[in-house]
Amino acid sequence: MESPARSWREYPQRYRLEAAKCTKCDKVLYPPRVICPACHGRDFETVTLPREGHVVAPTVVRVPPTGFEEETPLPVAVVELSNGVRLMVQVADMADPLELKIGDPIHLEFRRIQQDSEAGLLFYGHKAIRD
Amino acid sequence: MREVAIIGVGMIDWGELWEKSLRRMWTEAALAALDDAGIDTVDLITVGCMSPGLFVGQEHIASLLADEIGMAGVAATRTESACASGSLAFRAGFAEVASGLSDIVLVTGVEKMTDVDGGDATYTLGTAADREYEAFHGITFPGLYAMMAQVHMARYGTTSRQLAAVSVKNHANGLLNPHAQYHLKISIDDVLNSTMVADPLHLFDCSPITDGAAAVVLAPLDKARDLAGKRPIVKVAGSGMATDTIALANREDLGKLRAVELAGQRAYAMAGRSPNDIHVAEVHDCFSISEVMVTEALGFFEPGQGGPAAERGLTALNGKIPVNPSGGLKSKGHPVGATGVAQIAEITTQLRGEAGQRQVNGARIGLTQNMGGSGGSSTVHILEVA
Ligand SMILES: [Zn+2]
Repeated sequence: MESPARSWREYPQRYRLEAAKCTKCDKVLYPPRVICPACHGRDFETVTLPREGHVVAPTVVRVPPTGFEEETPLPVAVVELSNGVRLMVQVADMADPLELKIGDPIHLEFRRIQQDSEAGLLFYGHKAIRD
Repeated sequence: MREVAIIGVGMIDWGELWEKSLRRMWTEAALAALDDAGIDTVDLITVGCMSPGLFVGQEHIASLLADEIGMAGVAATRTESACASGSLAFRAGFAEVASGLSDIVLVTGVEKMTDVDGGDATYTLGTAADREYEAFHGITFPGLYAMMAQVHMARYGTTSRQLAAVSVKNHANGLLNPHAQYHLKISIDDVLNSTMVADPLHLFDCSPITDGAAAVVLAPLDKARDLAGKRPIVKVAGSGMATDTIALANREDLGKLRAVELAGQRAYAMAGRSPNDIHVAEVHDCFSISEVMVTEALGFFEPGQGGPAAERGLTALNGKIPVNPSGGLKSKGHPVGATGVAQIAEITTQLRGEAGQRQVNGARIGLTQNMGGSGGSSTVHILEVA
């Protein structure tokens, strides 16, 4: 299902955490969009997301989808960054994944996200590390 | 708008139906509904189906199925809104009859889920989440609802035992439904001791993978009166639909289901009813936490009271507001595209007084609530005895 183009066009937001800041209402959209859902503004400047934040909603995936068989049990969480932007991320380096709690401080690091595809595509992005 | 009645319902026995293809299951359910209505021609067929392309490698199924049932030439279309696809097929059919565009509509839902293995089924269901920003990171559907459960538990003190009570109740109801996938009595401890799928949701907090189909027939109320004989006539009193962000990260509040709330408000307003008027409800318990949050969003209980209500038996067959007398998705099964149509079939059967051992006594006003993905879409219908 993945093609090189499909991965490549996500690089700015996935690899560099680029987001769009609405010049009218200052809302930061991640991933970037062409219209602001808050004020319907259409003018944006590119900003980079902060890497610090906290856990909003954690879980541990025990039954993985195809492509994540080597990663189970897999802690995943919705996290909120220091500028209020939320995103879905894996949480890496947890000795005991069940220790992950709402409110825990985290920072983001660049890591491999999925097993390589059959066509040899590599999937990188950001994971959270508990501080 | 014309008033619209449900003049026929059709179900088949659901389960892991290795001997039956998508078209075979669908045709059996559709014929059952047509026979129940005493009709053999229709103006339109609607088909709710989430992903025939990924589950069986077949698109363009509305035409395929119209031909299969011997009606090539009829108008036919498929609706898709993930696990809410079936109720959208119903809403589309309702709009056609209400507007006068069609007189008789065959509304159907179907999903064939067991022709792929478990990993691919999980992947396919995961396409109802945000592919690039949720599924990409390995989150699954149980995982998304588990996150909502974590927030609900932290905010309201909802417990795993309360969630388990939902599954126990739905399995008890399913024992009384001959079409249900599982006829299995379970206890709170069975749920709490079952395998963890995504913390805090155990295997028995989750609805299963199911093959199944369901169908109903719609007609203008005037025509229904000619066909009904001595049976009570069930009409569509309200229809509401709403969306929310698919991605959980884009929602302000993970402790409630906004699309359900909005769809409910719209359906209540159209029907001129309130939550207190509802005698019986079929809701989308894809996970135990979903039923808890849905009964709150629909106004049956205050926010945070859905869990205690389930544990106290308020949603049982003989409770204050019986929820999921069919056994719900948990026990009856969840062939995703068929679920919304089966809910309509169950409430129609209840309002006709034909539900046998699982009959809710005196039910004259019923509600169905169907939900796509992790709450990115929801539909609510209110049905009443005419
Ligand atoms: Zn804006």
